[in-house]
Amino acid sequence: MRGRLKFLLPLGVLLVAMTATSLSTAGGHKQNAKDTLVFGAAADPTLLDPSLVSDGESFRVTAQIFEGLTTLKPGTLTVQPALATSWKVSKDGKTFTFLLRKGVKFHDGTAFDAKAVCFNFDRWYNFPAALQSASASYYYNTVFVGFRHPGSGSAGPSKALYKSCSAVGSSTAVIKLNQAFGPFIGVIGLESFSMQSPTAMKKYGADKGRLDSQGVFHAQGTYGTQHPVGTGAFKFVSWNVGNKLVLERNDAYWGAKAHVKTVIFRPISDNAARLQALQTGEIQGYDLVEPQDISTIKSNHNLQLLSRPAFNVGYVGINQAVKPFDNLKVRQAVAYGLDRQSVVKSFYGGRGVVANEFEPPSLLGWTKNVTKYEYNPEKAKALLKAAGVQMPLKVDFWYPTDISRPYMPDPQRNFQAFAASLNKSGFEVVPHSAPWRPDYVSRVDAGTAGALNMIGWTGDYGDPDNFLGTFFRTPQKQWGFNNPKLFSLLNKALVETNGDVRAKLYAQANKIISDYVPGVPYVHTSPALAFQKNVVGYKASPVSLEPFALVSIK
Amino acid sequence: MLRFVVRRLLLLVPILLGLSILVFGWIRALPGSPAEALLGERATPESIRQIRHQYGLDRPLYSQYWAYLKTTASFDFGTSIASRRPVITEIRERFPATVQLTLAAMVFSVAVGIPLGFLAAKRHGTILDHASLVLSLLGISIPIFFLALILKYLFAVKLGWLPTVGQQDVLIDVPHPTNLYLLDALIAGNFGAFWDVVKHLILPGIALGSIPLAIIARITRAAVLDVQNEDYVRTARAKGMPPRIVDRRHVLRNAMLPISTIVGLQVGLLLSGAILTETVFAYPGIGSWLRQAISNRDFPVLQGGILFVAVIVVFVNLLVDVSYGLLNPRIRLARR
Repeated sequence: MRGRLKFLLPLGVLLVAMTATSLSTAGGHKQNAKDTLVFGAAADPTLLDPSLVSDGESFRVTAQIFEGLTTLKPGTLTVQPALATSWKVSKDGKTFTFLLRKGVKFHDGTAFDAKAVCFNFDRWYNFPAALQSASASYYYNTVFVGFRHPGSGSAGPSKALYKSCSAVGSSTAVIKLNQAFGPFIGVIGLESFSMQSPTAMKKYGADKGRLDSQGVFHAQGTYGTQHPVGTGAFKFVSWNVGNKLVLERNDAYWGAKAHVKTVIFRPISDNAARLQALQTGEIQGYDLVEPQDISTIKSNHNLQLLSRPAFNVGYVGINQAVKPFDNLKVRQAVAYGLDRQSVVKSFYGGRGVVANEFEPPSLLGWTKNVTKYEYNPEKAKALLKAAGVQMPLKVDFWYPTDISRPYMPDPQRNFQAFAASLNKSGFEVVPHSAPWRPDYVSRVDAGTAGALNMIGWTGDYGDPDNFLGTFFRTPQKQWGFNNPKLFSLLNKALVETNGDVRAKLYAQANKIISDYVPGVPYVHTSPALAFQKNVVGYKASPVSLEPFALVSIK
Repeated sequence: MLRFVVRRLLLLVPILLGLSILVFGWIRALPGSPAEALLGERATPESIRQIRHQYGLDRPLYSQYWAYLKTTASFDFGTSIASRRPVITEIRERFPATVQLTLAAMVFSVAVGIPLGFLAAKRHGTILDHASLVLSLLGISIPIFFLALILKYLFAVKLGWLPTVGQQDVLIDVPHPTNLYLLDALIAGNFGAFWDVVKHLILPGIALGSIPLAIIARITRAAVLDVQNEDYVRTARAKGMPPRIVDRRHVLRNAMLPISTIVGLQVGLLLSGAILTETVFAYPGIGSWLRQAISNRDFPVLQGGILFVAVIVVFVNLLVDVSYGLLNPRIRLARR
């Protein structure tokens, strides 16, 4: 008996202790101080140097520390001044003169001025070869393309959009481009083009590293891991990878000061674990709520759900290189034969809207005035008949496996529903699938994923060119068509710097695309975020750039 | 004994060489590349080519392997492609967390498993014995992530007794010279922080300890049943020795040999990182780190991390072998 007691005693002590400590916390649920916001991130940031990352978790943090010359009005895609108070564009659209905000200082005390602006632009243009790959400087590569000293595989000055930056006095920076670029003002508001302290970057070796004998880059500086310095509403304090990243309010901030004193990002990769941590109060909010968790959150009176405006599109691509899909009537038949309403209603947990355009409604140029294709099997059959093809028309239709995307949570279910509706509309679907990575995307890009395939796109930045231009500005094997009218319209819109004119050009492009049916867009989805009820002021942004400075805890 | 240890250590060389080839080959056989993993649908053929070039992945395999061997031999595990931090730094941060979690799981499984197995053997054929069998089966067969979810739901979400994620409350600030949070809290003399770390270990410890618990309980039961019928036990009983002393001196001590083997093997296994437990509890150890590296196709992390884990497993096994001699004088190696 005594032997058994000996074993049970420690367990008993443990239980008593657990109960005792739990009773000491309010109602069994821990309450954080009202001046601290703990946010559950899906992962640690990659690096805190925004010019060298492209992932959302890094940007979520750097967006609090850094600011760009321009920014987006919280919760929208409207560009507004940030570190630049105003700007002028030359007639040829190649020279941009920025008037800078006066009296702004970086967190390390360095003055923010025209020299600092040029230091940042020149730094990107002069990145060493190891930082030129898209895995490092993705956004520079995407927007500015060429580097001054290109490494193997990188583009050089002849392809660069950036030409030069010069400081006129301390508060005017003049940036010259090699060609006109309409989205420039919006694009420099991207997180990757935030202004960083030249002093800190030099001191902590932002670009310092060594190439080993194998040509592999080993970062040696500590800027991006321990000393990121910007002008933002929060300052970096510490980062214990895997555990927490701490920011504190910048009391010397030039604008409205943050409500909370401390923001802590806590990496929790598992979705269910994030939800449970929210339920227990260990975190006060998290992003990327899974559709199956929405009802749990809605039914909990301590929690609230926020919607991020849609910034993606899921579509069925049509490859016109495959006959007879070069025939417009056949493509129209596909559009009428896809039951998009049912798919969006059934498989998106109320977070999707039926898409009629390849760009989301929040973007410039989106218009109601496009041709819409309601599900109509009879009309599809009539079109196929008019096209002179024999029914049922066999069609190779591809879908990806092993993947869940915001615009396509369960590709197989979408596919099955689409295949069924096409089979009723004069087609005979031959199913094909491949793992998303690496086969499927490569196949779609190479134009070898059948006549029809399911894919989509999540936007990088708030400009219609990021959607329409990515898809249709140049001939691509994915679509297999050549439509000079559409190409030239989108190229014209790209270099246009007048916002109103651009909006008209993109609206016109959307109309042309809807008539031409290069593919069938079917869904835009709104991802959800969850918070404790007492968290207020969080403005969900379509591009996930949310200023935590606006958040307070009631 | 010394010769045995040296021989085993020398054996490490061919083992590690073989393993390095296996790991190297396996990683390169994975579909996809770091570029595609990092950039997703944004990966263009050019960016894939460029990243392959940057990390030397476009060179012949033998030259890549040779480079890998050379750098590893000088204890340079390279730099993570995803985090761009040295692999060795990440191991230094992550491994202590795994050690802590392993300790918690083993404390739980030994503290519950051995008494349970012992009692089951003593009450052989009774309800208690059958109940322990059912419990063991449950422990082995219930998926860890499911057990973890249930435990968290009950003890954290519903009762609010314990935390669900991480290894310490984010509002507690204690320096981490060793990265062993328990030890760090003690060094700082902060007992509140120490207790907080313990609380963070209870649920993952139980979830992770469920499988070793079941195995230990079963092995203990079998070993005790075996030893109970030995002549020396019968003799001890016959000469009137109190049952408690017989159990402790003669039964348990002799049954410890297979138990210590299994405990040792389990420790080795748990130290290699508990992928599911660490992920579900957001516990930043080796397991969740390697899992992330697989999905990122982070070759340097996988190569360095798996090799490191292998060395640890081999060392733990060596310790288990050495401990045999201490527990059982009959097979003391020095006498061979």
